[in-house]
Amino acid sequence: MSFVIATSVEEALAALANGASPIAGGTDLVVGARHGKFELPPELVAIDRIEALATIEIGADSMRIGSGVTHATLMADPAIVGSYTAVADAAALVGSPATRNVGTIGGNIMNASPAMDTGAPLVVLGASVELARVGSSRVVPIGDLWSGPGQTTASADELCTAVLVPSRPAASGTAYVRLEYRRAMEIAVVGAAAAVELADDGSISAVAVALSAVAPTIISIEIEPADVERGSVAEAASQQCSPITDLRASDRYRRHCVGVIASRAVDAAARRAAGESIAVPVNRALGIGAA
Amino acid sequence: MSEIYELRVNGVDYPVTADANRNLSGVLRDELGLTGTKEGCDDCECGACMVLLDGQPINSCSYLAAQAQGREISTVEGLMDRDEMHPLQTNILECGGVQCGFCTPGMLMSAHALLERTPEPSLEEIKVGLSGNLCRCTGYGTIFEAVAAASKVEKVEP
Repeated sequence: MSFVIATSVEEALAALANGASPIAGGTDLVVGARHGKFELPPELVAIDRIEALATIEIGADSMRIGSGVTHATLMADPAIVGSYTAVADAAALVGSPATRNVGTIGGNIMNASPAMDTGAPLVVLGASVELARVGSSRVVPIGDLWSGPGQTTASADELCTAVLVPSRPAASGTAYVRLEYRRAMEIAVVGAAAAVELADDGSISAVAVALSAVAPTIISIEIEPADVERGSVAEAASQQCSPITDLRASDRYRRHCVGVIASRAVDAAARRAAGESIAVPVNRALGIGAA
Repeated sequence: MSEIYELRVNGVDYPVTADANRNLSGVLRDELGLTGTKEGCDDCECGACMVLLDGQPINSCSYLAAQAQGREISTVEGLMDRDEMHPLQTNILECGGVQCGFCTPGMLMSAHALLERTPEPSLEEIKVGLSGNLCRCTGYGTIFEAVAAASKVEKVEP
């Protein structure tokens, strides 16, 4: 067992090339290992002190969110809350203050849980993921990153260094809503993110919806503005998912509830697009989760 | 193979020799003798192990001790000022916020971090600040009262 603290991306990539596994907050890795899900990797490289990974850079047509940015930062950063509100909604629901202080966006997406909270918002925002290895890096659409529960298409020597999110049009809004049985230390029973764009006359010109915890990975569903007008968002979401039964809910309950949650997410995103201010996380405004 | 490093806890540097896979709560309790920090669920759920890392609450049961080197670790042992209890400690006793006491060190550390960041929290802010700490005895009301009361204690400049 060896443990190295990297202070630069290059140092971390060199360690990965030699077989080490990355650790940031450890909120999935250490918890899973102590719980007996898997053994802690024999060689670890800590990436939480690499400043280059902990920055948010606003570019002309996109934002670059370093993979080491914590949930605590995501839920409070004015640029994230302003432009990518669904990401802040999601980050604010993760675990507890302790989880959010050390848990990172890179860890959340690379852990590849189908119940992750930041994944669905990033899908509706059209985000991409930057994967680096010694000597090269590539950018993959986030939907192509996940290949199954806990599995990604990244190779073991690749490090997620950033999430790239395109800029949003002016009259647009996003929201992430999840069904939860309690307000802290909870994992999504089901979740839905929505992104809505409005035309000049206030009608919905574009809509995107992605779902959590109802398929082997986060899924994007096929949906049109006409579905929103017809009130058939719930039906579309329920039809296009493939949930399982587990400790938290049955497949039937998930299939029904994801429709309800998806239509609430679209509604909240549309209200935000129209200029209404709904505080992060939108779950509280909607009264979801026991008091 | 054991790692040799230092941990700075409550302002004191401790030499540590421990395997790299050891968790912080285990090293604090078993190697440094700081048994104020409790281990409840060992699964990042209950908050009994809450300590502060550079002032922010973390679950020390699920944090590798070696990863805390070079950071400031604060535990419940550091709350007292010599013989003087911290206002959070006096208030949690006065309000009846301690029954079995197992959650208390973690509660105090989460509350301490909250008050450092938000000196006069609303009830909702107190609830969110303590949302990673479970208590099976009190029903929480008396703990919320204690944090609110401690926030009103006049701060004395050191």
